[in-house]
Amino acid sequence: MPGVVFIEPGGGRHAVAAPVGVTLMEAARQHGVEGILAQCGGAGACATCHVYVDPAWFDRLPPAEELETGMLETAWEPRANSRLSCQVTLTADLDGLTVTVPARQR
Amino acid sequence: MTTMVIIGGGQAGSQAIDTLRREGFAGRLVLIGEEPWLPYQRPPLSKKYLAGEFALERLPFRHRAFYDEHRVELRLGRRAERLEAAERRVTLDDGEIIAYDRLLLCLGAEPRRLACPGAQLSGVHALRSIADVERIRPDLRPGARLVVVGGGYIGLETAATARQMGCEVTVLETADRLMNRVVAPETSAYFAAEHGRHGISIVCGARVERFEGSARVDGVVCAGGERHPADAVIVGVGALPVTRLAQDAGLACDNGITVDEYCATSDPAIFAAGDCANHPSPHYGVRVRLESVDNAFEQAKAAALNMLDRRTVHDRVPWFWSDQFDNKLLICGLSQGHDRRVLRGEPAGRAFSVCYLRNGELIALEAVNHGKDYMAARKLILGRLRPDLGRLADPGIELRDL
Ligand SMILES: Cc1cc2nc3c(=O)[nH]c(=O)nc-3n(C[C@H](O)[C@H](O)[C@H](O)COP(=O)(O)OP(=O)(O)OC[C@H]3O[C@@H](n4cnc5c(N)ncnc54)[C@H](O)[C@@H]3O)c2cc1C
Ligand code: FES
Repeated sequence: MPGVVFIEPGGGRHAVAAPVGVTLMEAARQHGVEGILAQCGGAGACATCHVYVDPAWFDRLPPAEELETGMLETAWEPRANSRLSCQVTLTADLDGLTVTVPARQR
Repeated sequence: MTTMVIIGGGQAGSQAIDTLRREGFAGRLVLIGEEPWLPYQRPPLSKKYLAGEFALERLPFRHRAFYDEHRVELRLGRRAERLEAAERRVTLDDGEIIAYDRLLLCLGAEPRRLACPGAQLSGVHALRSIADVERIRPDLRPGARLVVVGGGYIGLETAATARQMGCEVTVLETADRLMNRVVAPETSAYFAAEHGRHGISIVCGARVERFEGSARVDGVVCAGGERHPADAVIVGVGALPVTRLAQDAGLACDNGITVDEYCATSDPAIFAAGDCANHPSPHYGVRVRLESVDNAFEQAKAAALNMLDRRTVHDRVPWFWSDQFDNKLLICGLSQGHDRRVLRGEPAGRAFSVCYLRNGELIALEAVNHGKDYMAARKLILGRLRPDLGRLADPGIELRDL
């Protein structure tokens, strides 16, 4: 199971392991990672699962589709390395991925 | 030690647990849920979970370990039978009595049933829970004829999913257009065309009179006599708030359990949130009962804070989404009472939105495949924007720049 690290808004590191095939959002939500609200459960309809991806990893993720890009533009403080964590599916080569949860989701 | 009890382990109940513990509640916390599952999300039930593309393990919000870590006493598969508000205690179906200091009712809603003849036949389904999906799924074999009664979002999502599973699908809607209570005619027309394009037969103005069949349903007959052959039927004609427990306990109820802006019922020790709660919307100045993930989530959060004596008003611009085929319908705000509608973009382009105004103020927006307009509108509605109508109608101008 790939392991992923979430840097929570308070600065804490929350490491979780999750099976291949689930999304980064699901991995966070199952373990109650602080600040990932994920209200729509991955439908790409809420932008409350926003994360900043460690730049070293950003380019290794499949790029965002148009709907995601549109949602991110108006999310809370988007950056160049912003993603919706529900649109990132865990694969074996994402083991070690680190993302930062923004201070707010909206 | 203070005891907080939550009845109803759905979207709202699970959020309340999260908030209570995150905000430092250290006392006894009990969750009573009639369904045997850990609290789970319902939206996939008419979408990917129904299609079998989403495993059962992915439905719950949290693992069991989360509840253990946060010292939540789970009473799952157990129904709260009786609430005695004066004694502050709840009796479960197995006789267990639990006393509380603060109680939160997150009882949800239940599908409205049709009273017409044959509604009890086997093969006539409702769709609300995992158990319902387990009953429905075996009926959705390729080639099976499915009649969906109700052209609201649950009916249409189910129709789309069943079609993708290879069923022959007919949707019967009483009104003259689809989703007539929640979307504009342009949006209804767009979705009717999308469903038609995928081979679904949409019949508007159809009033179901009876279901036919001996043991199992084999047809649906409408007023006027038209008969639609059916191997299975899914009835999606709205939901009613679950209030019996509250009503029997003497709590005020009127289309839901009546709560104030602090989520408190007529008994100050009892709160309610989610689909079962009828509450004021300060932003819109009306009372509403909403059936949406967003409302369940936010109201439960506010209720939990109020249970901790952290006075918090539940005041939100609500939002909602629906997935049908590869279309995403995104709605924010309440359009009731609008006096003007403005279309942004062209439905033919497969991405457009409809803005609703009242006295010049933007009060709601529905977006089809347009996340940007939708996200921008959430902020603009909250800020009570009074947009220039010409600019609003120009899809070349970003909504957030208005
Ligand atoms: C098929 C389907 C698709 C949906 N899709 C969307 C969507 O795309 N977007 C969206 O925003 N919303 C959607 N919704 C609506 C959303 O799921 C609900 O608004 C939300 O689940 C409400 O949460 P709740 O906690 O109020 O109620 P629920 O999630 O229904 O939970 C209530 C729980 O309380 C339990 N309960 C009731 N009485 C008792 C008792 N006496 N004792 C113990 N337990 C009890 C019930 O069994 C139930 O488990 C959908 C709903 C359905 C059914
Ligand atoms: S969970 Fe809603 S957009 Fe990701």
